[in-house]
Amino acid sequence: MTEKTERKPIPLEFEKPLQLLSEQIQALESQLSDHPELEKDVDRLQDQYRRLKKSLYSNLKPIDHLAIARHPQRPYTRDYFDRWDSAWIELHGDRKGSDDEAMVCGLISLSKDIRCIALGTQKGRALRDKQLCNFGMPQPEGYRKALRLFKHADKFGLPVVTLIDTPGAYPGLTAEEHNQAQAIAVNLMELAGVSVPIISVVTGEGGSGGALAIGVANRILMLEHSVYSVISPEGCASILWRSADKVLEAAQSMRITAREILELGVIDGVIPEPLGGAHHDYDFAAEQVREAILGELRKLSKLSADAIRKDRQDKFRKIGAFSES
Amino acid sequence: MDLKEWFANRQKRREREDFVVKQPLSTEEYCALWTQCFQCRELLYTKELRDSLHVCPKCQYHFRIGADQRIEQLADPDTFKEIDATMTSADPLNFVDTDTYPNRRRQAEQKSGIKEAVITGTCKIDGNDAALGVMDFAFFGGSMGSVVGEKVTRLIEKAIEEELPLILVSSSGGARMQEGILSLMQLAKTSSALKDLSDRGLLYISLLSEPTFGGVTASFAMLGDIIIAEPGARVGFAGRRVIEQTIRQKLPADFQTAEYLLKHGQVDMVVERSSLKSTITRLIEFHRPLIARGQTSPNGKSKVGRA
Repeated sequence: MTEKTERKPIPLEFEKPLQLLSEQIQALESQLSDHPELEKDVDRLQDQYRRLKKSLYSNLKPIDHLAIARHPQRPYTRDYFDRWDSAWIELHGDRKGSDDEAMVCGLISLSKDIRCIALGTQKGRALRDKQLCNFGMPQPEGYRKALRLFKHADKFGLPVVTLIDTPGAYPGLTAEEHNQAQAIAVNLMELAGVSVPIISVVTGEGGSGGALAIGVANRILMLEHSVYSVISPEGCASILWRSADKVLEAAQSMRITAREILELGVIDGVIPEPLGGAHHDYDFAAEQVREAILGELRKLSKLSADAIRKDRQDKFRKIGAFSES
Repeated sequence: MDLKEWFANRQKRREREDFVVKQPLSTEEYCALWTQCFQCRELLYTKELRDSLHVCPKCQYHFRIGADQRIEQLADPDTFKEIDATMTSADPLNFVDTDTYPNRRRQAEQKSGIKEAVITGTCKIDGNDAALGVMDFAFFGGSMGSVVGEKVTRLIEKAIEEELPLILVSSSGGARMQEGILSLMQLAKTSSALKDLSDRGLLYISLLSEPTFGGVTASFAMLGDIIIAEPGARVGFAGRRVIEQTIRQKLPADFQTAEYLLKHGQVDMVVERSSLKSTITRLIEFHRPLIARGQTSPNGKSKVGRA
């Protein structure tokens, strides 16, 4: 099941200069045996490459973070689960007539002493897979499946870990008929009452209500290049600017990046990614996320059941910016 | 006086300052006098329309109404006491699209005459004490930002504190984009407060009015113990256009209307505006607690036995 990590990362648009330079270096290197005098040039170019890489990734624009968060090779929920616990047990179905593949749920041992209920939205990798997972957009049934697991966790006193990577809840005909809005709303309400610790990590795209429906947590963490927003930058651009090509502006204005959302006080921490993004090193990314979750869970384990619920409700109670005169 | 002289005099008369030519009514003024029904195209006298609770007498089309009119229709006269009336949103993101957020908010305030997209308070409904919150689509499309989230949450907390039934009237395009992620978090904030309300065994009636979408539907609007929709009101999660673009097929004509919702088990009832107040009253009175809550509550207040 575990995918190999040696795949060659596909460069993104803003990474193109880096790729060009790397190709030049390779070309020069291949001639090195015949022309040893080229070594100086190679060294110089490699130095240039390192500097460019550093400056490129330390000056990412929101739109670049968005591109990394949506990278087709970005590790998905199953990639994390497989690495955390190769023997994790998957649980299926909402018990009401459906099993949504876009929501993956299971029993996972995060470490020797910490077991948890883990669930998350799943984008598919191959086309068939993508269709099965509906491109990571759950139907109401997916949220109800998650709710079943939240209650399961509460019953057995197991902490909950949720991984968020979704463009949003699916906007479709049957999704509406089966009451997508209610499925999300009920999760928001019921999550407030859960008395076991909940940790949410935005690993890719945090797409509005569809993300929040599994994200009402005691601690919310975001991967360095992940994004979280009230509406997709494309949607925002087409509504506020009435133009689909204003995505850049919309991404900028909405403050969608992990750092900005941390500054707004909505999330509790940012998990560093390998240089260039999590898709450059799955194992490293998975380990970083696992350690961050374990750290938070250990801190929360000291709280009583009531205190855990209160901690979570207080966290959201405080969010908002307004004035009273 | 010959004709030439008369014309000259007329010119002089016109030039005199006190001479005012009575202007015909402007288009806006005519429009204010008459209202055309969106559904049956009947021309209705606005005054009469107001008397019929803004429901077309011909086809029963329920016009969108403002928060003040809704409160007037539901609360007993002079019983509504507004809370948090002065709360206004900050501009946490320094948001700019084609205009700045503070400018847009000012325009919304001028256009609607209210300070935010929800008005909250306590009132009596046919003598029953209640917490009432009404959204107004005229302010910023009824969008939910920090202020709507906070006012609704405080209203829920007031309902808990005073053991009141809660009535929320929704009308919203969804979360307010200009406050970004903070708007999204209001969904969790309000729903979390409703969890406390529900745990206390207090009644929450959600009234869905034209239109209710997005973040408001995906939070408090769909969490009522009883959910009522007004006839013809369009309610949903995603907008019709978004869905059509996603699934690339035509949607049924009555898609996302109150009647469609009723057919699909999403609301308890569709109630005409004229019988809304009496329906809400019956629901409140039916759910009046059988056991005196006050006996166990720490503040010793009891609402049982009050009409």
